[in-house]
Amino acid sequence: MSEILVAMKEISKSFGKVRALDNVNLTLKRGEVHSLLGENGAGKSSLMNILAGIYTPDQGEIQIKEKKVALNSPKDAIDLGVGMIHQHFKLVDVLTAKENIVAGFEKDVFLKGAELSKKIKDTSIKYGLEIDPDKKIYEMSVAEKQRVEILKVLYRGADILILDEPTAVLTPQETEKLFKIIRNMTKLGCAVVIITHKLNEVMEISDVITVLRKGKDIGSVKKSDTDTMELTKMMVGKAVDLSIERPPKGTQKEILKVVNLTALKSDKTEALKRLNFSMFSGEILGVAGIAGSGQRELCEALAGLYPITEGDIIYEGESLLGKNPREIIRMGISMSFVPEDRLGMGLVASMNIVDNILLKEYQKQEGFLITRKPSKEKAEKIVEKLNISTPSTDAHPVKMLSGGNIQKVLLGREIESNPHVIITAYPTRGLDIGSSYLIYDLLNQQKKQDTAVLYVGEDLDVLMELCDRILVMCNGEITGIVEAKDADREKIGLMMSGAHKEEVI
Amino acid sequence: MRIAKRSELSGNQIALVRLAAVFGALVFGGLFLIVLGENPITIYISMVKGGLGSFFRFRETVNIAIPLLITSLGVMIAFKMRFWNIGAEGQIFMGAFAATYLALNFSDLPKPLLLMMMGTASMVMGGIWLVVPAWFKARFGTNETLFTLMLNYIALRWVTYLQYSLWKDPNAMGFPKIASFGQNALLPKVFDIHIGWIIALVLIYAIYVYLNHTKTGYEIMVIGESEDTARYAGIDIKRVILKTMFLSGAVCGLVGMIQASGISGTLSVDLTGGVGFTAIITAWLSGLNPVMVGVVSFLFAMLRQGGSFIQTAYQIPASAAEILQALILFFVLASEFFLRYKVVLFKKKGRGI
Repeated sequence: MSEILVAMKEISKSFGKVRALDNVNLTLKRGEVHSLLGENGAGKSSLMNILAGIYTPDQGEIQIKEKKVALNSPKDAIDLGVGMIHQHFKLVDVLTAKENIVAGFEKDVFLKGAELSKKIKDTSIKYGLEIDPDKKIYEMSVAEKQRVEILKVLYRGADILILDEPTAVLTPQETEKLFKIIRNMTKLGCAVVIITHKLNEVMEISDVITVLRKGKDIGSVKKSDTDTMELTKMMVGKAVDLSIERPPKGTQKEILKVVNLTALKSDKTEALKRLNFSMFSGEILGVAGIAGSGQRELCEALAGLYPITEGDIIYEGESLLGKNPREIIRMGISMSFVPEDRLGMGLVASMNIVDNILLKEYQKQEGFLITRKPSKEKAEKIVEKLNISTPSTDAHPVKMLSGGNIQKVLLGREIESNPHVIITAYPTRGLDIGSSYLIYDLLNQQKKQDTAVLYVGEDLDVLMELCDRILVMCNGEITGIVEAKDADREKIGLMMSGAHKEEVI
Repeated sequence: MRIAKRSELSGNQIALVRLAAVFGALVFGGLFLIVLGENPITIYISMVKGGLGSFFRFRETVNIAIPLLITSLGVMIAFKMRFWNIGAEGQIFMGAFAATYLALNFSDLPKPLLLMMMGTASMVMGGIWLVVPAWFKARFGTNETLFTLMLNYIALRWVTYLQYSLWKDPNAMGFPKIASFGQNALLPKVFDIHIGWIIALVLIYAIYVYLNHTKTGYEIMVIGESEDTARYAGIDIKRVILKTMFLSGAVCGLVGMIQASGISGTLSVDLTGGVGFTAIITAWLSGLNPVMVGVVSFLFAMLRQGGSFIQTAYQIPASAAEILQALILFFVLASEFFLRYKVVLFKKKGRGI
């Protein structure tokens, strides 16, 4: 039996009224990759934040290397060998990798440049982490930044590493590389915890899997003794059919044509580079790409919210260039946009459902005053149709609802106007499996009603199952558009990192 | 000990926390009074009596409440949009300036017409005084807090110039004052209090309806919550900002006319009495709710009037009465923090437990 590095016993933690963790146990052994699996809000991150000394538990006991410990700060944790790599990197952009690695750690006043570079280089070679210690962070790709983060904790002597959703920002190829590094680390005696909700990755990399559901630990299983079906069941609490339906395409009329679309970021670099594509009725067009490849700008440009410097967007022969959302509506064009930032853009967080429905209605009303009655009726209808659980439609701010219900309110409102085009950006982000599948169903219903749907997603498997065609973006450019039916994960991955379709096929 | 975020409190709990804050202030202030050798209970009772005890005192309280209330309503409209209008003082001065110009130069006009003109002019002038920084913010993204604050000083210096030089009354025997208004330029009284109180009540209702039941009011709320959402809904943000800021400034400007015409009968550098700054506190304490603005402003006025009463009645030094006022304010403002956070004591756990 290998040595037990961490034992967390009966950990409980509450945030206000929410019980985030309820008597959770976790055992971590040397040399193993341990996946922490669960839906959003299941308590995975909370548990690991406790182990990393960021939160203090209300109850329970932590043993590290067979000694009871009290972790009151991240420093306590790192002193005991626990290092966490967060989803959002905590690096100083203008400093080099080397400087980031030693920041707050080396006690000497002056940095011994060359010696330090060598020391870091040695560590990186040992674990197979390719890094140039003297490169600035802002010049690095996301995958490189992640390697710096990993090296940072290794350099500080950590042998218990926690990675929070490490693959969310990576292409399939980069993920493969990361997994190689993780295997190297376990070979050298580290224990690695991966927080994730992607089942296929769990099955690929982990030795042991612990499943959390609503703050409770459902159990730990060895990978060799389980399969994705069982894990889903543990995660959701019931057996779920994980296949997504793909209804046949509709009339395939060209509704929206994007020609040479170019847009600039605020720093004058190109956010979108000469995009050309079309959207057809009764079809779901997926958009794949690493986060920040221009997806948000594309969606907002289509919706009339992002200034276009060149090119045109043509809706059934009419140009939408330079029109704001209200003018687009006035042209009689029925286009709906479900933005990525639901509470910050799609909805007004502190307003109730009725007032949020009103957001798209009040302009159509005559006169100076507004009436809430029609919106109230519409709200009741949407709540009933989409099975939104809310105490009321007009006395509860939407921010108090759960993520799934918030998204249902937003999507419900946008679908209610029977649009011809729907643009959705990450509509299932942060949603549990049940809600996600409901959203897929809703989009498929729209497709059946001959609506043209744009679906910006992050999970390649979902994109390949749900969509008809997939548009791949990298750095604001379209690297190719492929038929989803005969798409290939690897090839899409290469296109996501900049290879053009012609080079790949 | 550490600070932790609270879960959302119910309305009753919030009221309870605020009440506890006032109680705490009274206890603390009581200790202070005991040190001064006074009986706190009698002092507190006389403070209430001083604010409401006779018609004369009640009228004084209302006279203090009127400008505070209307100014609070004015800045509240701006605050709803997260536009920090710190320039109410300046808007009041400029409103009063416009009204005074008419009062001094057209004193022969019939009373209703003259008062109407003075009211309109003060609102336009106050509105302009806030539209200027609003335009710069909409156009160049300047900081409205600093901009509006600086405009206060310009307005104050302008009025000082008028009082000491340009409009100095030659009949005042060298005393630096502006000539008093004629009869036609003075606000009439209803129930022996100048009609500013009716204007204030009407404004509470009008602004309540404006914010809650009109399209622009709805747009203000959306912009205040998130400009991205406003853009998403196709709201013309700049237009709404300018429109709303004009309104906010106009309401504050009207206060200038009411004070000049209803209280002092002329324009002077002491016209505002700092109400433009106090209004920021009252607007905030009322949770940006027009009806609560009325309640809070009245309570504030009572505190002030009661404070000056005990000063004379008990020979307590003026500074002591002010300290009492400040204490109550301090406790209530501090309680805002406890509406959102709580203090958690945790047992010190050493290593190896």
